Amino acid sequence: MIEVRDVHKSFGTQAVLRGTTLRIEKGEAVVIIGRSGGGKSILLKHLIGLIRPDSGSVLVDGKDLAKMSERDMLPVRRNFGMLFQMAALFDSLNVLENVGFVLRRERKHTDAEIQRLVAEALEMVELPGTEKKMPAELSGGMRKRVGLARAIVYRPAILLYDEPTTGLDPVASARIDRLIHRVWEELKVTSIAVTHDMKSARTIGRRIVMLHEGRIHADDTMENIFQSTDPILHNFVNGIAAPRTELA
Amino acid sequence: MQKLPIQRVRDAIEELGEFVRLGVETLGSLRFKRPSWRQFVDQLHFIGVKSQSVVLTTGAATGMVLCAQTYFQFHKVKMDTATGAVVSVGMCSELGPVLAGLMLTGRVGAAMSAELGTMKVTEQIDALRTLATHPVDYLVVPRVLATIVSAPLLTAQSVVVGILASYMIGVHLLGIEGAYYLANMRRYTDPVDVVTGLIKAVVFGIIISLVSCLKGLRCPQGAEGVGRATTESVVAASISILIVNFFLTLFLTRLFHG
Repeated sequence: MIEVRDVHKSFGTQAVLRGTTLRIEKGEAVVIIGRSGGGKSILLKHLIGLIRPDSGSVLVDGKDLAKMSERDMLPVRRNFGMLFQMAALFDSLNVLENVGFVLRRERKHTDAEIQRLVAEALEMVELPGTEKKMPAELSGGMRKRVGLARAIVYRPAILLYDEPTTGLDPVASARIDRLIHRVWEELKVTSIAVTHDMKSARTIGRRIVMLHEGRIHADDTMENIFQSTDPILHNFVNGIAAPRTELA
Repeated sequence: MQKLPIQRVRDAIEELGEFVRLGVETLGSLRFKRPSWRQFVDQLHFIGVKSQSVVLTTGAATGMVLCAQTYFQFHKVKMDTATGAVVSVGMCSELGPVLAGLMLTGRVGAAMSAELGTMKVTEQIDALRTLATHPVDYLVVPRVLATIVSAPLLTAQSVVVGILASYMIGVHLLGIEGAYYLANMRRYTDPVDVVTGLIKAVVFGIIISLVSCLKGLRCPQGAEGVGRATTESVVAASISILIVNFFLTLFLTRLFHG
């Protein structure tokens, strides 16, 4: 269970999170939506301790990440897998080394076991036989799928996705969405994604949380969110630009 | 906007604090975590093996120039045969470690900060952290260890090549008597001079690797940030080497010569 309690975060004079509170239960599929630059990725990075709050707390299974040192956080992070916006593959390592990174670092598996587990993960993301390729040889969609394989290979309980379909063509986006949904269903993980792509949100989420002006503006089921008459939510999910007077 | 002098001082002190913190974190990592052997060997190859040509060329060129200049001055007072001694002592205790250190800063330090900086801006360091790996364990420790091992070896090579080159120039070009050249060299070069140079090389290795890693890990966003981090690491490490060399010379001379 993840709980974000009254988190504030500013960068210089810009306040990004202004008292964000959120609770995510085990096994949920949550999508965090909101306008670009609205702090969605910042919130996601708070959940895994990549960014520390200025005030407030982030509890993962009762442990407050804000009070832990970077080294103490490492075992907690072992329960997480994260897919980055640009995949963030290690460009000096091939696909096998990227995907098997955690397994190799843990020194609990033989080389043969690592190869088998990596092959299984690559099979799941529909990229079998790509172990020897370098990240530079992969397309954007393939890089994201390798990133997903790297995130799931050690079977974490919580998966975080930062804008998983950004920069991909519609076919590649649909494929990633389908994979994220499949991973959630088959591996029974808690899935938390950040996106402003509503088509993607419909596929990968069951619960939608809208972040607006640093606070949670809406938190409801997929159906209720899409039927909402709240003007901010309605405009966002339907892609309607606010009139000039409203913007002012 | 131009920074006020007080802000510059505050930034410098803050940076020094970060440097010490990274050093302590690296030591802590060495105590609790076994370093990645593969990373260490890769870095040893990159820093030690691939830097040889540039460090050896620098050593040879320095030895030859030092020999020629010393000879030209000593020849006026009929002290030609002391040339070898000056070159040997100078190369062992001062020029060898300092010039090898500066060349390593340019070649290795710049590459380290650029690589880590690029990893930072492309979120690879964040990815490392999400994969339950401390960046200091995986990135900094192997680089620091490899530089500590490589720097004295490269310095020793540079000194030997510099002395050989000076011998060739002094004896075969300038006409100094070879036997006297070697005899004076042996007579005035103390083992302490060699030890001093090697100790300096180890310290410079620590400075180069820690400064470069720190600049890379603290790299601001964007391509401009990587460029700035690289430049800053080369400047900071070079200046640190020159300043620390002075204090090391004073300290080690007192330590070994009383």
